[in-house]
Amino acid sequence: MTVELFVFVVAAAACLAGAIGVVASRNPVHAALSLVGTLFGIAVLFVAEEANFLAAVQVIVYAGAIVVLFLFVIMLLGVDRADDHDIEPLVGQRLAAGFVALGILGLTFAAIASTGYEATGAIVGFDAKVPDINRLGQSLFTDFLFAFEITSILLVIAVVGAVLLARRGRREEEIVDPGQEERAEEIAQKMLVAEYRAHPEEFYEYEAGEDGEETDEDSGEDAESEEVRT
Amino acid sequence: MIAAALDVTPGWYLVLGSLLFSIGAYGLLIRRNPLVMFMCVELMLNAVTLTFVTFSRMLEDTGGQSIVVFVLVVAAAEVVVGLAIIVALLRKRPDATADDVALLEG
Repeated sequence: MTVELFVFVVAAAACLAGAIGVVASRNPVHAALSLVGTLFGIAVLFVAEEANFLAAVQVIVYAGAIVVLFLFVIMLLGVDRADDHDIEPLVGQRLAAGFVALGILGLTFAAIASTGYEATGAIVGFDAKVPDINRLGQSLFTDFLFAFEITSILLVIAVVGAVLLARRGRREEEIVDPGQEERAEEIAQKMLVAEYRAHPEEFYEYEAGEDGEETDEDSGEDAESEEVRT
Repeated sequence: MIAAALDVTPGWYLVLGSLLFSIGAYGLLIRRNPLVMFMCVELMLNAVTLTFVTFSRMLEDTGGQSIVVFVLVVAAAEVVVGLAIIVALLRKRPDATADDVALLEG
């Protein structure tokens, strides 16, 4: 077993296991962590393919920034509850998706096999003694200079768009906490009990009246929260 | 003979990229949580970058690696805007799925 084969097998296994983890895990946090496995496996494969700079960028940008962004969103919004995989709202969706995925797989396999697992096209031939980062820099700032400049505009648009979207969302509505009302009620009740234990004599006078008032308030709140949810 | 069969040819990388792309596409089609759908898009993008790097080595052309840099930039921009939209959506309703994007209307 050569070193290259060992590296490929381990990294490919990490990639595939991570990919299946992303698709199959019920909890979004687990999916994000599986994604890190896939991205890291691909970074290892980049090193095996002599793209060292891209491997470093892959780890820094993807695993270090994008996945962390995902985790931030999951944890800030508290949407890390498990999805129910048993429900299939659209009947036949999974079967159709399986056919589509198998179709893509078959097409790409056929395309790879039809060229004999080799690239078609003229071999350009680069100087293997020059480090890959030098070659990449030269390519980016000569052949792809225009595209490279355009990416700066893309990034500015993305930043402005993200700021705009996030601001508008905050103005319109606060985050709805489903358990907030129940918790507040529980605390109020505990305070009431403590009060009663401290000064039981003060409660005999208006106990009945307060009870009635409280139930009224309860039903009002329930109706309101029902409206918000529907 | 066995040693020749066990050589890692570029074709192996292409097949792995194809598998990753298919898994990502399947996940994108079956999952309903918008965040997980985004992760599946990332999987598909990574499968394509792996293919680009493989072709870059096969053809000894650095252009493939340059394209990967652009894919990274586009993926980063896409995630930033996409997650902002998802944040706006999930603020309206914490249990929103891909079907509820119409909530953002107006």
